[in-house]
Formats: sequence, C-alpha cells, structure tokens
Amino acid sequence: MDQEQNTAPTRRTLGGWLLIAVPYLWLLILFLAPFLIVLKISLSEVAVAIPPYLPTFDLAEGWAGFTESLSQLSFENYIWLTEDDLYWKSYLSSVVIAGISTILTLLLGYPIAYGMARSPQAWRPTLLMLVILPFWTSFLIRVYAWIGILKNEGLLNQLLLFLGVIDEPLVILNTNIAVYIGIVYSYLPFLVLPLYASLERLDGSLLEAAEDLGCPPWKAFWNVTLPLSLPGVIAGCFLVFIPAVGEFVIPDLLGGSNTLMIGKTLWVEFFNNRDWPVSSAVAVILLLILVIPIVLFQNQQQKMSEKNG
Amino acid sequence: MTRGPTWFNITSLVLGFSFLYLPIVLLVIYSFNASRLVTVWGGFSTQWYVALLDNDQLLDAAWVTLRVAFASACIATVIGTLAALVLVRSGRFPGRTLFSGMIFAPLVMPEVILGLSLLLLFVAMEQTRGFWTVMLAHTTFASCYVAVVVQSRLVGFDKSMEEAAEDLGCPPVKTFFLITLPIILPGVIAGWMLAFTLSLDDLVIASFTTGPGATTLPMKIYSQVRLGVTPEINAVCTILVAFVTTGVIAASIATKRQQSQREKDERAAFGAEG
Amino acid sequence: MFLNIFIGLGSILAKKSVGPVRREFTPWEDPDHPPFIEFRNVTKKFGDFTAVNNLSLKIYEKEFFALLGGSGCGKTTLMRMLAGFETPTSGQIFLDGQDLAGIPPYRRPSNMMFQSYALFPHMSVEKNIAFGLKQDKMPASEINARVAEMLQLTKLEQFAKRKPHQLSGGQRQRVALARSLAKRPKVLLLDEPLGALDRKLREETQFELMNLQEELEMTFLIVTHDQEEAMTVADRIAVMDKGQLVQVATPAEIYEEPNSTFVADFIGDVNLIEATVSDKSDAGTKLTSVEDGFAIDSDQVTTANVGDKVWYAIRPEKVRIAHGRAESGQPNQINGLVWDIAYLGDVSIIHAKVGADNEDILRATIANVSRIVDNPITWDEDVVLSFDRDAGVILTS
Repeated sequence: MDQEQNTAPTRRTLGGWLLIAVPYLWLLILFLAPFLIVLKISLSEVAVAIPPYLPTFDLAEGWAGFTESLSQLSFENYIWLTEDDLYWKSYLSSVVIAGISTILTLLLGYPIAYGMARSPQAWRPTLLMLVILPFWTSFLIRVYAWIGILKNEGLLNQLLLFLGVIDEPLVILNTNIAVYIGIVYSYLPFLVLPLYASLERLDGSLLEAAEDLGCPPWKAFWNVTLPLSLPGVIAGCFLVFIPAVGEFVIPDLLGGSNTLMIGKTLWVEFFNNRDWPVSSAVAVILLLILVIPIVLFQNQQQKMSEKNG
Repeated sequence: MTRGPTWFNITSLVLGFSFLYLPIVLLVIYSFNASRLVTVWGGFSTQWYVALLDNDQLLDAAWVTLRVAFASACIATVIGTLAALVLVRSGRFPGRTLFSGMIFAPLVMPEVILGLSLLLLFVAMEQTRGFWTVMLAHTTFASCYVAVVVQSRLVGFDKSMEEAAEDLGCPPVKTFFLITLPIILPGVIAGWMLAFTLSLDDLVIASFTTGPGATTLPMKIYSQVRLGVTPEINAVCTILVAFVTTGVIAASIATKRQQSQREKDERAAFGAEG
Repeated sequence: MFLNIFIGLGSILAKKSVGPVRREFTPWEDPDHPPFIEFRNVTKKFGDFTAVNNLSLKIYEKEFFALLGGSGCGKTTLMRMLAGFETPTSGQIFLDGQDLAGIPPYRRPSNMMFQSYALFPHMSVEKNIAFGLKQDKMPASEINARVAEMLQLTKLEQFAKRKPHQLSGGQRQRVALARSLAKRPKVLLLDEPLGALDRKLREETQFELMNLQEELEMTFLIVTHDQEEAMTVADRIAVMDKGQLVQVATPAEIYEEPNSTFVADFIGDVNLIEATVSDKSDAGTKLTSVEDGFAIDSDQVTTANVGDKVWYAIRPEKVRIAHGRAESGQPNQINGLVWDIAYLGDVSIIHAKVGADNEDILRATIANVSRIVDNPITWDEDVVLSFDRDAGVILTS
C-alpha cells in the first residue's frame, strides 16, 4: 500500500549508530587507510632500508614530523613511470588483453546464458549450479589445469597430433593466446550469471508477440531479446573487464616473458626489485584507470536496481 | 522465457560446460596417473596421494590455510552481516556513499592493489607479518562478499516481520536475534562458505601480507607450479576441488530439499482450502 | 445534563433519518465523552512530501473505527504513527490519556495486524501467538492458557503445531489476528487485514471481525481502501484524502449525506449534476441544471446563495425510470434516451442520455424483482427519469 515510509529518514538510537560504526571503522582502517598509505609511499623515495623507502613517517615526531615528511614528497616516481616505456606499455597491453578477453568471453558466454534461459524450468537450477560451481573452486587450480593442456607436449597438442590436424605441436602456452584462454575460462561465470538473470526475466510472451506481429525468430532475437538483455551484457562485461585488467596469476602462469600486464609488472617491481615507491605509483595509476569503469559499473547497477525496485 | 531449447541452444550448453569442466576433469584424472610424466598415462595409481602424507611442508601449509580460512570466515561473516544490515536498514546517514563504495570496491578491485595496500598498512603499523595479518586481510575483503550475499537476502525480507516483533513487545536487538537472524540464516551461511573458500583460494593477497612461518597452501602450490606440472600438485588440487565441490553441492541439495518440501506443504495447505 | 439528554435524543432522531444502525453506540455525539485515542494537529512529512497534514481526530473506547482512502492518502502513515513505527513531524498522539511521544513500538499498549500478516516463518502457529506474551515475561502456564483460548477463538486448534507456510491464506490471516489479539491490546490496529483474501472469504471474515470486536469489547482501528469493507465493519469511517480528513461519520451518513463531491464519488456510485441555486427557503431549495436547464426541487436547506453553482448528487438507485416523457413544468423529471443497459443479475444499471444535446449520462438502477418482465425498457427507447424531493443532496464543494 502506501510506500512513502520507505524513504523516511530513520530514527536512530545508540545501538543504531553502533551498528554502523563497527563495519564502517573496520573498512576505514583496513581498506581506505591502506590506500592513503599507498598514495603517500608512491610519493616517496626508494631507499636501502627497512621499510625500503624515504621519508618514513615517525609518530614520535608528531605533527612537525608529519609536515616535515610531507615536504619531502615528490612526483619523481610518476615521472619515472612516463620515462620508462615498460609501464605505459604494460597499462596499454593490460587494457587491450582485458578488452579482447572480455569480447571473447561474451561471444562464448552469451550462447551459454541464452541456452540456459531457454532450457526447461526443471533443468535450470542444475545448470545454474554448474555455472556457479567453478566459481567456488580455486582460481589458481583452474589456471594450473590449463598448463597441462596447453603446453607443447600437453593434452591438446597430443590430441591434435593424434587426429592428424597438425604435424608438429602448436606453441600456445606462454603466449597471449594462453592468457586469453585463461581469462575467458576463469571469468566466464561472472559474465554468464548476470546475463542469464536478465535473459531469464525476459517475458516469453514478448517474443510470441513479436512473431505474432510478423517478425521471424532471428529478427525477434535481434529486435527484442538482445536489446532487453543489454543490462545483463553490460554488467557481465564490466565484471570480466575490471578484474582482468589487474590480473596477475593468469599472465604469470600462462603468459610468456613478452606478455605485459600491469599486475605482473607491479608484482615484479615489488617482490623482485623491492621498489616499493614505484610499485605504489603503479598501483595508484592502475586504480585511476579502473575508477572510470568502476564508477560506470556502479551507476549502471544503481539504475538497474532502481528500475527493478 | 518459456520456450523450449533448440539444437543450437543444446549444442552451446554442451560445448560451454565441456569447456568449463574438461580442464578440471583432466586434472583429476591425471592425479591418479602412475607415471611421473604428467601428460603420459602410465596406469592408475594413488601413489601421489600417499606421497602427500609425507610432505610435511604441504601439510603445514594446508593447516595454516584452514586456520586462516576458518577464522577469517567467522569474523567476516559478523562484519559482513552488520554491513549488510547497515546498507539495507540504516537509511541515510553521513558518509553512506563512501560506506557502500568501500563495500563494493573490493569486489572488483585487482587483488594486487588490495594486497599491496594492506601490506603497506601492516608495515606502517610495524606489525610483524604472519598468520594474523593474512587473517585480517582475508577478513576485510571477504566481509565485502558476505555483505553482498546477506544484503540480497535482506532485500527480499519482509520488514513488517521485524515491526510485528517490536509491536508485540520485543526490543530491537532481541528482535534481530529472534526474528531477523533465523530468517536470513541461509544467506549468512552462504556468506560464511563464500568467505571460507575465498580465503582458501587466495594467492595474491596472502603473498603480500604473509610473513615467515605462515605460508598458505595456494602459495605453496604456486611456487611449485612455477617449476612445472607435477602429479603431487595434481593430487593436492584434486583434494581441494573435491573438498569445496562436496561442500557446495551438499549445501545446495539441502537448500533445494527444504524448498521443495516447503512448496509441497504450501500446495497441500491451499489445496485443503479450495 | 439536560443538554446531554437533548443531544442524545437528537442523535436518535438523526439516525432514523439516515437508515439502519448496527447498535446504539454513539459516544462521538457527546462532546464531554473522553476520547480513547486522540490525534492532535498531527503532521508527518517525508522530505518534501506531506503524508499527514495537520490532522486532528478522536476515536472512542470500544469503537470500530475505519480509515478509508485511496493509495497514498496517508491512512497507513497515520496508523503507523499510532503504532510507533513513524514519528510525527509535529503534533501529539494520545492513547488512553497517555502522550505516546518518545515511546518505542515495543512499549506501546497497541498491537497491529499487518497487511502481509508478517507471521514469523520459523515459528509454529502457537509459537507465533505466544511470542508477544513471552516478551511480557508471562508465566508459561498462563501463556499456554491464553494461546489455547486464542486458538479456540480463531478456530485454529488443529493447526497449532503447523508452520505458517503450511497454512492457507485464510488460516494465516486468522493466525495474524490471534497473535495481535493475544496480548489484549488497548487498541487493535488492522492494516488492510483482508486485502489478500478472495471476495467470499473476505465477506465472511468481515462479520467475524465485527463479532469478535463486540465480544472482546476492544477498540479496533482498521485501515482499508475498500469502501464496502469499511461500511460493513465500522461504527464510524474517516474518509481521507491528501493527508487530511474529508469526512468523519457513520457509514449511513457518509453514504446518504456526503459532505463533498469527493466523498460522494468515492463511496458508491453517484450521479453528479452541476446546477445553480434558483430559489431557496427553509422548506427546501430549487435548482436549475447548468447543462439543459431542467428544474430540481430538493428538501435540503443549503448554505449556498441564489445564483451560486452547486452540485446535486443523487445515487442511481434513487432514480426511477419509466416509459414515456416528462410532464412539462414538473421538477425532478428528465427526458432521456436509453443508451446502455448493464445486467448485473440482482439489478440492472441503465445509462440514459439526457440534456439538450443528449450528451450527459444519468444512471439509474432497477431492482430485478421478478424473473420475467413484461414490456421491459430497451435500448434507444425514450424514457422519463424521476426522483423524489429527498432523494439527493446538494453539495457546495
């Protein structure tokens, strides 16, 4: 009935504030504060010390120490990122690889989601379960499984040689193709789930109406199904693209030495070169790149939930 | 959609699911390979599983991982449930946008950034790294997943149920434990399971935030995988996959049973009336 | 004292003029009778939206009171403020002499039956009913006795151990009722209590509710958008629109003497004829319809002046229809052309075109008192529509 009460500003007791405070503080301390630290260190200098950067901020020196350390900050690391072409190539290559992988995931995922939505009601929970299950199993293991398949003496090459399709083994592992396969494989459920949700909600009588009005099935798909599933397509693509840009495990295990992805670059910079300030700067820029799709994604989600609610 | 599947639909489903499952199935099969050469079938054997029992390093890592996963899942469930309640129930309050941003950002944020930032926090706090730091890091990102899972359950929750309890004389906190929690419990349990498996699987964040003596299983697997595919790793992976799959399937069967029982009851109740 | 008797007598006379009364219970006629529930200048705003606008209302002990109005008129908000789920932006609410400000819902002596029933799905029927009693720390033996009594009252004994999802819609509704009655609240609030039931069950339940209320001698406040429901169960009805009360009166008064075109139109079916006052006296008023100038003679005394524009509201069942033409010069007779006939079984509704250009529609109902009618009224027939002096009401707003 009268819905107006839902928009009411709530009366809040002490307990109500406490309820907000606990998760809020947790996230402020363990999510937001670390980012500010990353930002600060990205403006510091590398040093042979523990921790390996300067200036360090000493609590004992109080406010003076804080302003003192502020004055020593510099944009040197960011300038460095523009000077060495490794970095911008990594960023660019990450975005390109993520983009291509997203398109491939969509091409593979759409028929699956569509097939699920068209399947008899009784199968759907099982099919849904089959899509979700890989999501629960370890990411690392799923990537690892592909090494045995893709390597030169791996199962895929063995099969193709046996069938006589090829005469000598294909080199797939340690190339960008292996990275594409890895990303598509790992992120397929992320795309199928929202897409299936939007396709499943689609009212079957819409298609019947289209056909009743003289529209052949393929045209009905193009004019009715596809546009109405667009929110699911967009949500799914964002869910693949955003994490794929910063991916580390897949390019590291499946990609080759000339596969450039920023997640891998950051990892190497941090663990191998121990250059904390530069890796922090890399992280800050990566975050800035991702802010755009993340904000777009959130806006789209909000619009969707408003439409459904 | 109500129409039946075409051959195209069935083919794409078969191919799609083969793609999703074949690698895992092959991995499981080859974990029973007698040959040390991982891609040559040398007969059935369980020797690699037996060998695992002697691998103390791997067992240690597994033990650390289970402890981290259990502890972080429990704390993340509490924090995530509170966060979900705030998102759904608290209405407007100062900083709400920041709050929901902090809940949703970790879901899409690259793990390298989360790992790096948490490590730098622990360094700044001069915290010795190890079990506790990994656990805190996992709790933080897992609680965001729990929040989302519980939130979806809370959104479908009829708020008048809580109002009815209060109307009948039950104060708010007691209402939460007597009414809200039992009803959203399936979501809370699903959230716990998700947090547990996320922690079990995580390599990147654990690598950043760990310290000496707290090597987790994924880290151990990763360091060996870089050296090449081995049957022992196949065996470890098979056990992990079996463990998680059994848990998830059991949980979903239980939910489904409950649901179909419920539907049956409802049909019976309405049949009696009409 | 003498004055009170006089007013009481007057009210009985007034009752006789507007149809049947369920029982002799008219505390609202007595200005000295203390109200049980009082809204005093209550306003509730949600952001820019004013849900309840400076509303004052008195409800008396043992009254069955209905808040009636369309979606978004503020009736639910008004009830939720009484229950404590909303806080008034300004104004006061009193229950049994106590100012309810600052008292949380769980300490208020009212109980509510929710539109969705809000039964606790994880508790059996008896646990649901016992829930409120347990919150009061009542001894277990007393709880059991009260639950048994409630189960008996709502005829749910054999379902005590069932969970809500194992019950039919009607049974769930009775559990919700039993649960909200179990604590013997000072007032029972019913929020669209029968909305989810089918028509037949709803009608039965309306009578059960009335009997229950008389038996338990409790104050009931019901919120509904269904005017038939409000008229069936309530002693008095408050018609609400845009956060304000439009009319507060007994069902018969609301139907027969609506105070505005809004109420006349909202309750039941009505013909609204726009007219100007052509003559007025203590014996009645003469009107001329604006569209085609036919004369209306009413027994009503109006506050409007000669020449003012008013509305003459007349219910279709008070319009007679016959073959033939109007006698010229006679008031309350209109020529018409049958445009449409809707046969509803018990009655037929005839839509007749009236006026100079045959452009206005006047509706009349005929009770179908016998199965076969000789010489029935048919389509495209010239007819005469007529009504008595006391059939309609003159409305100025």
